[in-house]
Amino acid sequence: MQVNEFKPKIVAFCCNWCSYAGADLAGSNRLAYPAEVKVIRVPCSCRVNPMFILRAFQRGADGVIICGCHPGDCHYTSGNYYTRRRMALLFSMLDYLGIEKGRTRVEWVSAAEGAKFAQTMNDFVQTVTALGENKRLEDLRCKK
Amino acid sequence: MQRIGVFVCWCGSNIAGTVDVKAVAEALKNEPGVVHSANYQYMCSQAGQELIKDAIKEHKLTGIVVCSCSPRMHEGTFRKTAEAAGLNPYMVEIANIREQCSWIHKDIAEGTEKAIVLGRTAIAKVNLNAPLMAGESPVTKRALVIGGGIAGIQTALDIADAGFEVDIVETKPTIGGKMAQLDKTFPTLDCAACILTPKMVDVAQHEKIKIYSYSEVVDVRGFVGNFEVTIKKRARFVKEDICTGCGLCTEKCPQKKVPNEFNLGMDNRRAIYIPFAQAVPKVATIDPNYCTMLKTGKCGVCAKVCTANAIDYTQKDEFIDQKYGAIVAATGFNPISMEKFDEFAYSQSKDVITSLEFERLMNAAGPTAGKLVRPSDGKHPQKIVFVQCVGSRCAACAEKGKEYCSKICCMYTAKHAMLTRDKYPDTDVTVFYIDVRTPGKNFDEFYRRAAEEYGVHYIKGMVGKISPEGDKLMVRASDLLANKQINMEADLVVLAAAIEPDKSARPLATMLTASMDTNDFFTEAHPKLRPVESPTAGVFLSGCCQGPKDIPETVSQAGAAAAKVIGLLAKDKLKGNPCVAHSDEMMCNGCSSCEKVCPYGAITYEDKEFRGPNRTTLIRRIAKVNEAICQGCGCCTVACPSGAMDLKGFASKQIMAEVDAICK
Ligand code: FES
Repeated sequence: MQVNEFKPKIVAFCCNWCSYAGADLAGSNRLAYPAEVKVIRVPCSCRVNPMFILRAFQRGADGVIICGCHPGDCHYTSGNYYTRRRMALLFSMLDYLGIEKGRTRVEWVSAAEGAKFAQTMNDFVQTVTALGENKRLEDLRCKK
Repeated sequence: MQRIGVFVCWCGSNIAGTVDVKAVAEALKNEPGVVHSANYQYMCSQAGQELIKDAIKEHKLTGIVVCSCSPRMHEGTFRKTAEAAGLNPYMVEIANIREQCSWIHKDIAEGTEKAIVLGRTAIAKVNLNAPLMAGESPVTKRALVIGGGIAGIQTALDIADAGFEVDIVETKPTIGGKMAQLDKTFPTLDCAACILTPKMVDVAQHEKIKIYSYSEVVDVRGFVGNFEVTIKKRARFVKEDICTGCGLCTEKCPQKKVPNEFNLGMDNRRAIYIPFAQAVPKVATIDPNYCTMLKTGKCGVCAKVCTANAIDYTQKDEFIDQKYGAIVAATGFNPISMEKFDEFAYSQSKDVITSLEFERLMNAAGPTAGKLVRPSDGKHPQKIVFVQCVGSRCAACAEKGKEYCSKICCMYTAKHAMLTRDKYPDTDVTVFYIDVRTPGKNFDEFYRRAAEEYGVHYIKGMVGKISPEGDKLMVRASDLLANKQINMEADLVVLAAAIEPDKSARPLATMLTASMDTNDFFTEAHPKLRPVESPTAGVFLSGCCQGPKDIPETVSQAGAAAAKVIGLLAKDKLKGNPCVAHSDEMMCNGCSSCEKVCPYGAITYEDKEFRGPNRTTLIRRIAKVNEAICQGCGCCTVACPSGAMDLKGFASKQIMAEVDAICK
């Protein structure tokens, strides 16, 4: 094994009603995905402020993924539609700034889709690992 | 500065198996704000909770972090624990180190490291928590049951018997659902009508129950305790309160060629009809797709023969607004369409039928008055083949079938086979099966009786193809036990079609904001511990809309759902969710961005006086959140350009602290 194997830092925002439950289901079914993924629970995907994502990249995250209910199924009826539009805009701006599109993702995972959650995370970690470390937005002052 | 206590749970070996819990407790000791850190085998047990309470008092904790299972599991438990020790329940945060850590990782070092990060993240958040107080809202003491099958009927009766008002909304002209179409029921062979129709009458006569038949729910607003629902009562062109159900019109109507859906199109009814003799309400309905009077303005026979003057061709759809405290979904199931199963020749031959059609053929009130005959030529079938699992347990045929087991088919097929042999001992009955599943009281005994006492041939193997040959059907199948191919002639083939949720369930779930699984079954709040509640507060589940089940199970679930509803309606006031939006009036500039994205209309504006420079006063427009209406999605917090809007319990600062802790 390599000593300095690159392990990306990944922040996953999951809405409480679908995706967080989907993540729990992945756990109950013992579906493995990399430990690099750390979930932050938010009430709805629309709670995710672009600021949080910028902050994550500034602090050295290598990838950020937002998971919400499927379109039409948001617990608050319309939250994920806002998420979809906001993130499309933000991600293309981030891409312009050098945060490759592969580092950001929005995915719809329902409470019953444990397998999809695990698969999404495996895939996302793979993509981000291939892209390597995020250097673009990282604020070196944040490193102790 | 907070004084935080950290409690790491082993969950037996569930967590401790892949996470070094002691190391986690030790590592978290040094996090900012932490003054106490402990680990214990089962934090959720009485002893574990005592340990937390004692620590809160002893160390004067102002916040706690429990590193344990998912907050969806025990957040409520630990909030109560904290409250019992005098701490505000919203000063509790859970680090999910079971579902999202120990259960998915195998390597102890990796699991421990991640658990520490998750613990650190929760600590970072709790450092910024503030005590929250939940507001209270009154409860409307009336329940809505959507669906009038046996599930809805039982739920409504149980709620009404406890003294609460209940409305049933049923799309069909009568309640009764699928059970009303059944002949006998397994494993006791009671006649379905004999046990169902008295219940239907009870519903009709119950002073606390109101039936909206031929109606549907078209809009749901509000939240637990305070739902506002719009019900569309479709025009049936008959005055419900006047019609006596004498049935004269249904005999005189000249339009005789309407496929009778109650008998699955195997016979015809008139354009004005009462679905079946024991219908509740026993009122005629005019089918606007077939009525000549409604279509061309010429006829009017029913109006002429009606002695009660109940016919009203000008009736319009009616919209009724009603308030409810709780809503029960009981939308039921349907057999899947057999149209796509070409291999079974369902569309080609009239003698290939579904089990529900067989049920009607065997029923004394059915199209043949209970005589089992071939639909094609009316002849008595000698050889009958039953095919189980048609479209069930079929991962390969996902575009037309279902991956899951429909659960009831093994038993009803055994019932059909047994009843056939009982009524017509001269028939030869063969059942093709993948497995026979009989988990239920007296189920296996029942199946064995069919096979052993009634001489039904059970062959393990799937049917590959059925083709009409002359007036016979050729069944090609494999016998897995004898390991050979079988070609068998049959007079009648009965397909045990998979069942699926009713089509109305999906739009209803959207209206209720209740979640569904990939098969359109409603999901329960917890598959084991809260099986009759939807994750959406105030919405409950009854019967097959939650998953395939038989009648005994449906009735038990219906009663359980009723008990939950009664528990809710018995409360005078409900504690709301304090995690709602809040606008900082000093930062708000009244731009209306938040109002535009709020799905509940919870934000209004007011003009407020502020002190300006040099002793002047300034009037500024600021946003106000109505806490009773806000559901706490947080959409407005992102829309707010000035950063005035924030969400309690999930404040921007808290989430950023979590981000920082993860990225550290
Ligand atoms: S609640 Fe899941 S996206 Fe809104």
